[in-house]
Amino acid sequence: MAEPAATGGVATHCPYCALQCGMTLRSRADGGVEVAPRDFPTNRGGLCQKGWTAAELLDHPGRLTTPLVRDSKGGPLRPAGWDEALARIVDGIGALRAARGPDSVAVFGGGGLTNEKAYALGKFARAVLGTRYIDYNGRFCMSSAAAAGIRAFGVDRGLPFPLADLAEADVLLLAGANPAETMPPLVRYLTSQRERGGQLIVVDPRSTPTARHASLHLAAMPGTDLALANALLHVAIVEGLVDRGYVDARTTGFDRVARVATGYWPERVERLTGVSAADLRTAARALAGARRAVIVTARGAEQHSKGTDTVSAWINLALALGLPGRPGSGFGCLTGQGNGQGGREHGQKADQLPGYRRIDDPRARAHVAAVWGVDPADLPAAGVSAVELLDRLGTPHGPGALLVFGANPVVSAPRARRVERRLAALDLLVVADFVRSETAELADVVLPTAQWAEEDGTMTNLEGRVLRRRAVRRPPPGVRTDLAILADLAARLAPGSPAAGSVPAGGGALAGGAPGRAEAPGPVTVPGTPAEAFAELRRASAGGPADYAGIDWERIDASDGVFWPCPRPDHPGTPRLFTERFATPDGRARFVPVEHRPPAEPPDEAYPFLLTTGRVLAQYQSGAQTRRVAALNRAAPGAFVEVHPDPAALLSIVDGDPVRVVTRRGVIEVPARVVDTIRPDTLFVPFHWPGAARANSATTDALDPTSGMPEFKACGARLERAA
Amino acid sequence: MRVVVVGHGMSGARLVSELHARDPELDLTVLGAEPHPAYNRILLSAVVAGTVAEADITLVEPAAHRASTRLGTAVVDLDRAARTVWTSDGGRLRYDRLVLATGGRAVLPEIKGLVGDDGSLPDRVAPFRTLDDCRRITALASGARTALVLGGGLLGLEAARGLARRGLAVTVLHAVGHLMDRQLDAAASAVLVDSLASLGVRVELDACTVAVAPDVGRVEAVLADGRRLAGDLLVVACGIRPETDLAVRAGLAVERGVVVDDRMRTSDPRVFAIGDCAEHAGRVTGLLAPAWAQARVAADVITAARPLARYRPTAPVTRLKAAGIDLAAMGDSTRTGGDQVTYADPARGTYAKLVVRDNRLSGAIMIGDNPTVGTVIQMFDRGTPLPPDPRALLLGRWIGGPVPVGAPQASPSLMPDAAVVCQCNTVTKKDLVGCWRGGARTVGDLVAGTRASTGCGSCRDTVEGILGWLRGAEEDVA
Repeated sequence: MAEPAATGGVATHCPYCALQCGMTLRSRADGGVEVAPRDFPTNRGGLCQKGWTAAELLDHPGRLTTPLVRDSKGGPLRPAGWDEALARIVDGIGALRAARGPDSVAVFGGGGLTNEKAYALGKFARAVLGTRYIDYNGRFCMSSAAAAGIRAFGVDRGLPFPLADLAEADVLLLAGANPAETMPPLVRYLTSQRERGGQLIVVDPRSTPTARHASLHLAAMPGTDLALANALLHVAIVEGLVDRGYVDARTTGFDRVARVATGYWPERVERLTGVSAADLRTAARALAGARRAVIVTARGAEQHSKGTDTVSAWINLALALGLPGRPGSGFGCLTGQGNGQGGREHGQKADQLPGYRRIDDPRARAHVAAVWGVDPADLPAAGVSAVELLDRLGTPHGPGALLVFGANPVVSAPRARRVERRLAALDLLVVADFVRSETAELADVVLPTAQWAEEDGTMTNLEGRVLRRRAVRRPPPGVRTDLAILADLAARLAPGSPAAGSVPAGGGALAGGAPGRAEAPGPVTVPGTPAEAFAELRRASAGGPADYAGIDWERIDASDGVFWPCPRPDHPGTPRLFTERFATPDGRARFVPVEHRPPAEPPDEAYPFLLTTGRVLAQYQSGAQTRRVAALNRAAPGAFVEVHPDPAALLSIVDGDPVRVVTRRGVIEVPARVVDTIRPDTLFVPFHWPGAARANSATTDALDPTSGMPEFKACGARLERAA
Repeated sequence: MRVVVVGHGMSGARLVSELHARDPELDLTVLGAEPHPAYNRILLSAVVAGTVAEADITLVEPAAHRASTRLGTAVVDLDRAARTVWTSDGGRLRYDRLVLATGGRAVLPEIKGLVGDDGSLPDRVAPFRTLDDCRRITALASGARTALVLGGGLLGLEAARGLARRGLAVTVLHAVGHLMDRQLDAAASAVLVDSLASLGVRVELDACTVAVAPDVGRVEAVLADGRRLAGDLLVVACGIRPETDLAVRAGLAVERGVVVDDRMRTSDPRVFAIGDCAEHAGRVTGLLAPAWAQARVAADVITAARPLARYRPTAPVTRLKAAGIDLAAMGDSTRTGGDQVTYADPARGTYAKLVVRDNRLSGAIMIGDNPTVGTVIQMFDRGTPLPPDPRALLLGRWIGGPVPVGAPQASPSLMPDAAVVCQCNTVTKKDLVGCWRGGARTVGDLVAGTRASTGCGSCRDTVEGILGWLRGAEEDVA
């Protein structure tokens, strides 16, 4: 199945979301590339419009084929050669480092980068630049689910079971997930599940296309999922539906959580959520009565200042019902970005080293330092989360330079006007991308990069299945891969080159190693090809929670991918985690007591609505790619605000009227879409567009204290008719 | 600073967690007169019913909040000058701030034969307030076949439902003409009486009990009209009155409850009172939500987290917790006349009433299957303006939505050309018709030509329907 088709096509996967639909690429006679769906376990032969049209960007007229540099602040970007562009970067970094040390340079990655690139980026930051300031846009997606998964199970793999298990569930609960729009081919499993007689429960403030498939839709107020989950646990406890045998044998901490749940009787939670007590009881009984039940969360539950605790509440429920690790049952989360899983395992995260190791763990530091040929003491400490990192840019003690790979934070980060101001305050902003994204437009140097169909590598999908991405053609002349760029920058920054300069001690490899060591190691290199990078990643991840040591590209090709952990070449991989034990020291899953609290900015008289943001089917993330595809733009030409007919009538707003969504941070100017599929107290704006329609001009940067996740899904807002 | 909390019920327990959240270093002591850890009183009727185990109603231990707890320790005296409380075990405890969360006690009406000279109740009679009361009731109920419940308010009906769930034939004696007369109107009461009857609870309205008489192995209630009703046990649920004895002895201002200001301070600024024992702006709430709001304010003020915090009373929402009956009442729900919208289907046990004032809900009653009850409660709580036509709040789901997947499809001939058949690939009916005209004759042809149904696959049936319609149209022409 994974072999290239006999007709000469190349078997690869879609460039967009974490479903990583299988597709076959063929070169056409005219030089273009043709996409066809491929029967792969995640998409079963399906593709949405984004996948079908993915190749249009390869030869898009807006594609960058030469580096761009800006000669002066406020001046235009002009084409430049690679030597000039890289020299500009090396000089800028060198000057900052000489003046202010290694932490004066920051790196921002993305959840769309391959495992090899994510790994190389982390190595480049820690071992070449020696900076602690690295984080990535996955912080905006998966950090809450990751933090909650680790504290309960000891490991974070989005789905600890194959996606196909969803179709076998007698009851499936989706909390804040809308796969019918965000990963449409997944719905084929929901259809199978329904046809088998299964029930689907959807928790969402909107009656989404996914909720259309539900047998029970719980339209909870944004920011109340935690209370809702606790109420279901309450019902399970008082009605004697808890799986006591499982709780006793496989978990710790139930009693404390049970006492917290005692305070969440349905009639109280009905008042918090707006979901009737009867529906809460129905949902709890359905889950508890099922032979096989699965609970899945996504961004709707997670993108809150209490996102980690909210996921913990759902995990507590799953554990009380005995689901995780039981065949056909379980708890999981739906990862969003293409390599949102692998991207959070190999060192782009501020507190993490490859293999999902913790950067504050001395043994982890020693292992990775040995692979990299550096002194563990030279590895920097943990940095800060994405929003905090962006917040420090260009401040007196914050980084003066930022290198962005695979991200467009000007559109995707919360409180985006502030992000623009921080980026403008930098001495040096470098963006590697294949189009002039909104962030690239603000850069001092833009580096043109290869696209997905022009590079090899691996991606790890939402199931923790490591997949092969394959090139069907070479990048256009003038374009380089991210890996080649990082390898080149590393070489130019190596000791002995002018940029290395004199840097304070502890400055990573650039400082030339610790003084007094008998034998100074050679300069740290960054692998410039995917094969080299993957070989190194395998060694660096060996023994870590996300262990890739036994995976090689041939094995992936031979078997529809390999599930991590896979510690040895003769290890079969791990499609299902937790069947025997959890990845905690005592092998038991941990209940974590969590309490409801309101969002950081609840609605009030001046801002009476709750603004929530999300995605539409025909666009992807910041839209830098999909907004450049004609067919997708026809399908989804611009942002809008969804508002219920009742508040719309009170505000004399009719469908299509230009309106302003106003929060304490900014304004979104969009047309109104008056629909009865949304709660009357909630407004929804998709976040794919820049400019006046940019949703993130208005969102709050209130963060989850554990995960650093911003509260994209709830803040006070008011709605006005535009003049 | 040492804070002493007198009372370890739901308000006191809540206060402890609120205080701890604001200041983890606080020196915190909780004195509970009952010998049990704090429990969820809301669930007591389920304990009576036997559907919930006692162990499952325990709330979070104060020890989890680093508070020292003394159970079975009542406060017998309060010396405000010395800032000291004296406890039933002979101990004493100094405080910097004292919080009275002493709750309430069951009202025992002046009925002949109910209360003995020593304050004791007859053998087969129990009040319904505490966990010990519950134990007494369940002990009396085991082996019993019939029960009388004195009082048709919230508490009485919950107790009655609990006993009926145990299989007892229950009769509720209510002194006035309709049930839950503080929350319901007569029409709502009538629906509720029928619903209760179907669950094994008979209701006697206008039944004024004048005497209670023990009988051999039974207990009798004598009504004003001379009737005598007998049961194997009798539960007294005639309301709760604030427990203020300590405050009275200490010379604090007390009316019906311990009088507090907006910051929950009594007439002594070092002494606070919250919950069922407190009287704010002339009102004793008796409900949990305001008690917890008061706990938040008291914690804000005591820890100086928000020294100027104020308690703002909100209109009460009452929810009957009785399996098989869904009842919510809020605001001035008993009001008759004026601007109101009602829906009644007594045969199906459904009644809904919205009381409207200034285009907002000022009260509501919802009994039976009302899918919008969560929405109505939230609109009432927040004072949300009502929709131009509030009928949607009474009928059906408030949030509408597209036709569920699997529902019958509209006929292809009625579908507009611009209708999007395949959402995943933005394929319209017009696109499919165009593909047919271009020569596509099978579903496979249409799919290959338009990509319809290649995403989530949910529109496959619709595509087949359109193909059938196109074939039919062709045959008609032929």
